[in-house]
Amino acid sequence: MANKKYRQPDPNNMPKNHGGPPSGPGSHGFRKPKNAKKTLKRLGFYIGKSKGKLIIVFLLMALSSVSMLVASYFLKPLINNYILPGNFAGLARALVFLSAIALIGAAATYLQNKLMIGIAQRTTNTMRKDLFAKMQTLPLRYFDNHTHGELMSRFTNDMDNIYMALEQSLVQLFSSAVLFVGTIILMLVLSPLLFIITAVLLVVMMLISKTLGGKSRIHFQQQQSNLGILNGFIEESIEGIKEVKVFNHEQQMREEFYELNNNYRNSSIKASIYAGVIMPIMGNLNNISYAATAVFGGVLTVMGRFDIGSLAAFLQFSRQAGQPISQITAQLNNVFAALAGAERIFEVMDEEPETDLGQIRLIELNCEQQERSWAWSDGQTQTPLLGNVRFNNVNFSYDDKVSVLQDISLYAKPGQKIAFVGSTGAGKTTITNLLNRFYEIQEGQITYDGIDIRQIKKDDLRHSLGMVLQDTHLFTDTVMDNIRYGRLDASDEDCIAAARAAGADGFIRRLPQGYQTLLRGDGANLSQGQRQLLAIARVYVSDPPVMILDEATSSIDTRTEHLIEQGMDGLMEGRTVFVIAHRLSTIRNSKAIIVLEHGQIIERGNHQELLEHQGRYYQLYTGQHELE
Amino acid sequence: MIKKFYPFIKEYKKYLILGPLCVLIEVIAELLMPYLMSKIVDIGIPALDNGYILHIGIIMAVLAIIAIAFGCANMFFSSKSSMGFGANLRRAIFDKVQDFSFANIDKFSTASLVTRLTNDVYQIQSTIMLTLRLMVRAPLMFICALVLTLSINARLASIICISIPILLLAVYLILRRAYGLFQTMQQKLDNLNGKVQENLIGIRVVKSFVREDYEKDKFQQANNALMRAGLRAAGLVIILFPIMMLILNGTTIATIWVGGNMVGVGSMGTGELISFVSYIFQILISLMMISFVFMMLARSKASAIRIIEVLDTLPDIVEQQQTQVPVDNKERGKIEFRNVSFKYNRNSDNYVINNINFTARSGEVIAIVGATGSGKTTLVNLIPRLYDVSEGQILLNGMDIREYPLATLRQQIGMVLQKNVLFSGTIRENLLWGNQEANDEVISMAAQAAQAEEFINSFPGGYDSELGQSGVNLSGGQKQRLCIARAMLKDPAVLILDDSTSAVDSATEANLRESFHEDFKDTTVIIIAQRISSIVEADKILVLDDGRLVGFGNHQQLLTENQIYREIYNSQQEVIA
Repeated sequence: MANKKYRQPDPNNMPKNHGGPPSGPGSHGFRKPKNAKKTLKRLGFYIGKSKGKLIIVFLLMALSSVSMLVASYFLKPLINNYILPGNFAGLARALVFLSAIALIGAAATYLQNKLMIGIAQRTTNTMRKDLFAKMQTLPLRYFDNHTHGELMSRFTNDMDNIYMALEQSLVQLFSSAVLFVGTIILMLVLSPLLFIITAVLLVVMMLISKTLGGKSRIHFQQQQSNLGILNGFIEESIEGIKEVKVFNHEQQMREEFYELNNNYRNSSIKASIYAGVIMPIMGNLNNISYAATAVFGGVLTVMGRFDIGSLAAFLQFSRQAGQPISQITAQLNNVFAALAGAERIFEVMDEEPETDLGQIRLIELNCEQQERSWAWSDGQTQTPLLGNVRFNNVNFSYDDKVSVLQDISLYAKPGQKIAFVGSTGAGKTTITNLLNRFYEIQEGQITYDGIDIRQIKKDDLRHSLGMVLQDTHLFTDTVMDNIRYGRLDASDEDCIAAARAAGADGFIRRLPQGYQTLLRGDGANLSQGQRQLLAIARVYVSDPPVMILDEATSSIDTRTEHLIEQGMDGLMEGRTVFVIAHRLSTIRNSKAIIVLEHGQIIERGNHQELLEHQGRYYQLYTGQHELE
Repeated sequence: MIKKFYPFIKEYKKYLILGPLCVLIEVIAELLMPYLMSKIVDIGIPALDNGYILHIGIIMAVLAIIAIAFGCANMFFSSKSSMGFGANLRRAIFDKVQDFSFANIDKFSTASLVTRLTNDVYQIQSTIMLTLRLMVRAPLMFICALVLTLSINARLASIICISIPILLLAVYLILRRAYGLFQTMQQKLDNLNGKVQENLIGIRVVKSFVREDYEKDKFQQANNALMRAGLRAAGLVIILFPIMMLILNGTTIATIWVGGNMVGVGSMGTGELISFVSYIFQILISLMMISFVFMMLARSKASAIRIIEVLDTLPDIVEQQQTQVPVDNKERGKIEFRNVSFKYNRNSDNYVINNINFTARSGEVIAIVGATGSGKTTLVNLIPRLYDVSEGQILLNGMDIREYPLATLRQQIGMVLQKNVLFSGTIRENLLWGNQEANDEVISMAAQAAQAEEFINSFPGGYDSELGQSGVNLSGGQKQRLCIARAMLKDPAVLILDDSTSAVDSATEANLRESFHEDFKDTTVIIIAQRISSIVEADKILVLDDGRLVGFGNHQQLLTENQIYREIYNSQQEVIA
């Protein structure tokens, strides 16, 4: 899960906040929303898409709340007008009326819930969709600086919190408010005098709930931050479990885990106690209010200033009066968690996407013919795509501080094979990452058939470049579909032919279901070398005019490599190819070999020239063979 | 299932008894309220006795305060025991995973183990807390209220006997279906998360093939599937609440009708009727709580099963708890494979390693070459018992590796895996994994030998530079060299390097080989490598083909005798010549 592979070598600029583990998936990150109003507004925009439904929900909610209030209030006429005088016909009529109200209340509740679930599901569905779409547009720089866990938890916990708040808290808050106001009004109608008692207790309850709610939120935050640390540790230690075992490190890991686990337990006990005691305290304060009402209502009735029916109804209300307060206290926690989650989601959505101002498109010519050919088009004129790549005085830095590439100038003519050589961290991969605009250069210019690559539409630029990356990644899908990833309209035959050329056909056929074998977990059931063969087949299918092979065969044994050489030659024929390889034998036949050191080109020439030059390449080359 | 989880809460047995006791007192105090109120209405008011009314009122207030005290106490007990339970459970799973073999880990996959340790435990912990708070309270409230209604008016109470079965039936029918729906929802959620994760890992592939729209489509499929599953599950559950409300209100109305008639004929007091209605409310509320808990239980059943799966898994690799290990330094690092065969899946007949025999003497350098997928990595993984052999045996210092305690065995073996993992913390902390007691000098020596000191010192913080999660700010070659230094610090009897210099350039690799020779004279070194140049001077070279040993000897011997080796060699020479 943690991104181990794609971090750029960037030793001089270590992030400053990496000490603490990030909150991974499962961590319920919690913090006070910074700008609640703005976040609420944007969240409102998403919910607003179901505005009509939402209005109906609130109407239904009001209806069911009112029906509850009416039913309680109805106790008064029930007792005073029918039961006490013994008017049974009237009682029957009244009860039928009450039944109708109950039915309406239940129906309204059901409909409202049903609609609200729909709204909540649709809202989070849209948000997830937008977030994912946004994620696809983010520049690689973003992924370099954020852990996978961070982004994952946007999709999991943050979305969950929003869903919960929408599904429950929103309506609960609203209905609590309606009930609260309605109860107070009806109590005032029944007896303003008795209401004074209830009011005093309500104020006490509100104060207590505010204090306890605030306390519980503080502990809740502490708990969430401890949980984040704990989950971060779990994620890291489980991801590295094989390392732990090889180094007999189980005991140390256990001890560290126990400590974090205990920290989390202790803070969560506190948070849960504070949140928990609100219930009995509020419930029983309500009971005290109930008792006080019974006493004073009784006394008033004795004095003849109140009647039994009103007392019964008032008692019913005083029972309900406290509930909205504890409800609101409980729901506010959810709302805050949801706002914090929404804020984090919007933060990602506000990230700058990859810039793409390119106007020039890639178009395919003569589709009917066997040979595919391409052209650049700016809408009016067409220039045939040749594969002429040129770097002019390119400077680049990942962080605007430490320069990674300095003054790189090079060219590759159509059909030429250009190799990059140099020690680890010299900038070889970086150069290729600039060509497909994974990163943007700060100075200089890269041209493609004479066109500045920044003028080419990014998608089209990348379509024209086939890449086999240093780290192979496969998707959860069949082997066939993983190969087809290179060109979605490729037929099964095309894919199999590509696999043959890449030397992958043999092992694929030995898999349990051959080409239909499902790969899981980034192709965990394959060896590194087999994965590389699949990656080569994948790019073979895509048939691009220009290719970049970054250590494409590093985990493939040389004999297999030799076997697929023909296929590789076929793949490279007629194309401009950039190759990075440690095994110098694979690049000997390159048109030009470029030797990089510390981000600068220190030598260039073909194999023979470089050997005669007796410089760095000579050292590297002979170093490889010094023992023979 | 309860039996399985009980041990983790056993520590809090005391609280499990005290908690319900507190709840009992709280519930009784609470339930006496309506009863006492009925006394005010039926006795105090008609008698115009203010003193009596006040007297009852004070009792009610005292009861409320008692209820608050015991209610809070119960919150304390339930919080402590459920959170404690969660911590114990998490710890048990973590411990279990530490004992897992590689085969066990492969079976679950690390991502799924992480989810089980985080989300699944969280889910169960919350359910337990709710259960502790409600599962005692609700039945107690139910019983007490029932007893009180019966004592007020047994005939009227018979109405409840009709509504309760209806309610229970409705709850049962709904929950029975809900479990399946929740499970489906969980699966869809797993799918969606998998999709996101995959895209995060493979973002460069997606971008370089311009497959953003394709991935968005696939994600949206998973997203919609999750929404549909969510709508189905939630759509079912929301039926429950209106049904309960209807039954509650229906019962109340029926009670008022029958009770009202009784009041009319004078066989029941008005206050009694009012309190009776209150109790019906309590009874049905308690049943709602119970069904709510059952719903939570249904929801967390899936999590519980996933956790039990982990807890019930027996580690494949079993330690034989015995024997003092003979420290035989004469034969330090001697390895012998005797008819070793191995397959990943016990039931398949597809051997990955097939009847391998060879001996590596102390201090020798053994190289393994072979085609992609020929079993090189698998073979070396058998030595520290990351996997156990299926047939045959492996001996280290003349003793079967299964007879060593695991810690002793692995202590003797330094290993650099193909996929390297570093941990967050400083470079020094990471290196100390090899040897906790190593001082600066020793660390620096190992780093030098691994060709890592130069770049470590180029960092502003030197050895104290922080690495991000998994060493995110190092290049591939730098990571490999740190891992080699870490393994070297162990001063192992056997050092295994699984293609661990693939990202290191040739010159650095040559230096590395040099230091192996100088500093590890009495260490048996096993190297997997692609480049023949890396292994020509090895004492012995194993040639593997499809899991079989097809060649064994030194470079010269193999060149003349072994066809496959010659092919490998030639494949690297032709271009050079």
